[in-house]
Amino acid sequence: MVFTGLDFDVAGGGALLLTGPNGSGKSSLIRLMAGLIRPYSGRLEHDGMRLGDDPAHHREVVAYLGHQDAVKPMLSVGESTRFWAGMRGRRDQAEAAMAAMNLSDLADLPGRFLSSGQRRRAALARVIAGGAPIWLLDEPTVGLDVKSIAALEAALAQHRAGGGIVIAATHAPIALPGAQGLNLAEFEPESFADEDAA
Amino acid sequence: MSAALTLFLHDLRLQLRLSTDLIAPLAFFVLATLMVPLGVGPEPNLLARLAPGMLWITALLATLLALDRLFQRDFEDGTLDLLALSPLPLELVVLAKVAAHWVTTGLPLLVIAPVLGVMLHLDTGGYLTLEISLLLGTPVLSMIGAFGAAVTLGARRGGALLALLVLPLYVPILIFATSAIGAAGEGLSPRPHLLLLASVFAGGIVLVPFAAAAALRNALE
Repeated sequence: MVFTGLDFDVAGGGALLLTGPNGSGKSSLIRLMAGLIRPYSGRLEHDGMRLGDDPAHHREVVAYLGHQDAVKPMLSVGESTRFWAGMRGRRDQAEAAMAAMNLSDLADLPGRFLSSGQRRRAALARVIAGGAPIWLLDEPTVGLDVKSIAALEAALAQHRAGGGIVIAATHAPIALPGAQGLNLAEFEPESFADEDAA
Repeated sequence: MSAALTLFLHDLRLQLRLSTDLIAPLAFFVLATLMVPLGVGPEPNLLARLAPGMLWITALLATLLALDRLFQRDFEDGTLDLLALSPLPLELVVLAKVAAHWVTTGLPLLVIAPVLGVMLHLDTGGYLTLEISLLLGTPVLSMIGAFGAAVTLGARRGGALLALLVLPLYVPILIFATSAIGAAGEGLSPRPHLLLLASVFAGGIVLVPFAAAAALRNALE
């Protein structure tokens, strides 16, 4: 067990910032909210509908950014952003999303030539292009420079202004005005308190 | 449905850019088949008797070569997480990936097989049936292989495990396909054997996406 007794609620336009030491379960909670893993017990709802009751609806509303950037070495940034946007029927949004993450100049560059920060930006552009209302971001700022973090903050603000929800786990400070905070260290099961539970 | 087509074209593009993925199974098929006359001697009647079986056994082993890559790379770089969360149901994701896999491995075998048939002195009446059997059979090889690849995903030494898991499941296809070509070569109707092969195809296309998708979900947890 990684965490227990957790209870939270995020409204449209809201944001939730997950914090906590390594191994406190930030990534697990994000994967759980994405629907990639199932909770041992407890429930997760969106619009009063329980997660798992309608997986197709759930996949429509969440966008997930994990540790891995899923950038293919032999595809260019533009090709891969257009592909992921196309999977959600929003191929026309790809260019704007790349522009939002300052990637327009790199659109024709194959993934194998990208630095880790540029790969992260490509992954973020994919989230932006997808247009899902709930963004689940696991360490979105890893590898980003100051300018890119500002671009990300602008994109997050714009998403929330449109009624979207941002749930982010991060160690780095990131501007999310009015965000609720949740420190997962407070929800560690007692029997595991001394161990580094993963 | 357009999302499935998008994924199919995307996978196709990825595989065409990795030319080793494309060439390895085909080169294996050609080289392994060329070993047969060298091994058993150039006697035409003997080769003609061996031809259907040898062509199919080498085709079957050739498709194994590209199987472990079907989901492995996507699993390692996080793409599979995203595909599982895309609006396209995971069952259709499997089907689109299998289709792309078949176009880059099964289809080239189908094109080159008649040439190899000539080298093995395949009976003149057998060529059409060879092509039909490959057309019906190789997609099933890709489908069963996808199931095996999904089940062994994340396992250490998954490639060896995959071959052991998948080869026994290939047996019915091998039997129906070679009996069809054999029958045609002897001037009999290959129709019953081909119909059996078609039924395996029909069953596979319905069952495999569900089985493979369930295995993938398990691997992602």
